[in-house]
Amino acid sequence: MTTAVETLRDAPLTIGGRTFQSRLMVGTGKYPDMDTMVRAIDTSGAEAVTVAVRRVNLDRSKETSVLHFLDPKRFFLLANTAGCYTAADAVRYARLAREAGFNDFVKLEVIGDEETLLPDVQGLLEAAKILVQEGFKVLAYTNEDLVTALRLEDAGCAAVMPLASPIGSGLGLLNPLSVRTIKRRLHVPVIVDAGVGTASDACVTMEQGVDGILMNTAIAAAQDPVAMAHAMRLATIAGRTAYLAGRMPRREVAMPSSPTQGMLD
Amino acid sequence: MKQTVDVVINGEHKPITPGVTLLELLAELELDPRTVVVEHNRRIVRRPALAEVTVAAGDAIELVHFVGGG
Repeated sequence: MTTAVETLRDAPLTIGGRTFQSRLMVGTGKYPDMDTMVRAIDTSGAEAVTVAVRRVNLDRSKETSVLHFLDPKRFFLLANTAGCYTAADAVRYARLAREAGFNDFVKLEVIGDEETLLPDVQGLLEAAKILVQEGFKVLAYTNEDLVTALRLEDAGCAAVMPLASPIGSGLGLLNPLSVRTIKRRLHVPVIVDAGVGTASDACVTMEQGVDGILMNTAIAAAQDPVAMAHAMRLATIAGRTAYLAGRMPRREVAMPSSPTQGMLD
Repeated sequence: MKQTVDVVINGEHKPITPGVTLLELLAELELDPRTVVVEHNRRIVRRPALAEVTVAAGDAIELVHFVGGG
């Protein structure tokens, strides 16, 4: 990634053997219209975009396919299993997604609760094991629990995706310590997925040292999605650069920035 | 009168011509086989095989594609 600072050399983000130029990944849902979606995604600089697997509308009056608007040669399509509440359903959706013929990556979601959309980690692990066995590159959406993250890595996931806060909540990074711990302990890339609301959230998240960030609603539901996509692009780079730069230590008392010597009598 | 059999496509009951292949069915529905993934009685049918699988009464067919999502 380009940080625009010559002293900082950042290795590009590589997941499951695939290298991504941007550490920001974006969703394609909930935009007011397709034109806004295309312009926002373009502005975000994201290379990987998430898509969902759904039934074709049999009355052909409405074009709902996202591929009608986004060039699959230009964007890396990361299919999700959103809406799946069991391991079996998630596996079914992942297989259908792979059959579309773009790649063998899947953003695995197994949801356990309708109100919070928090993951069912037992179902998630079960589905991850099956899909890894079938050759999928699994990016597992999970909560910010270290032990689950370790189990997912052990299961062979290509990346682990702890949440910042619940999907679509816009509450930002609620548990920086847990996310930092996951990043410190895992070897596979850690991509924070879900919960950021505005640019500062993205920046703080990237400052934890995670490898990337995935968001949808924060951009799509902004009053001006294209402008927010621009802000998110900058915030992701800013947060990453600050992490690489290494922040000053925190201290609980003041220390003057100006010399204490040379004061007048 | 043309004879038809009843199948379930994307959860909807549809009368179709008996003995059609999945590829012919997609053509009837005006769907490009390159843009949809077909599941026939819970088994994925890959594109090259669409012309080889015939549809029978009571079959459940799912036709899916990518839509916007997070």
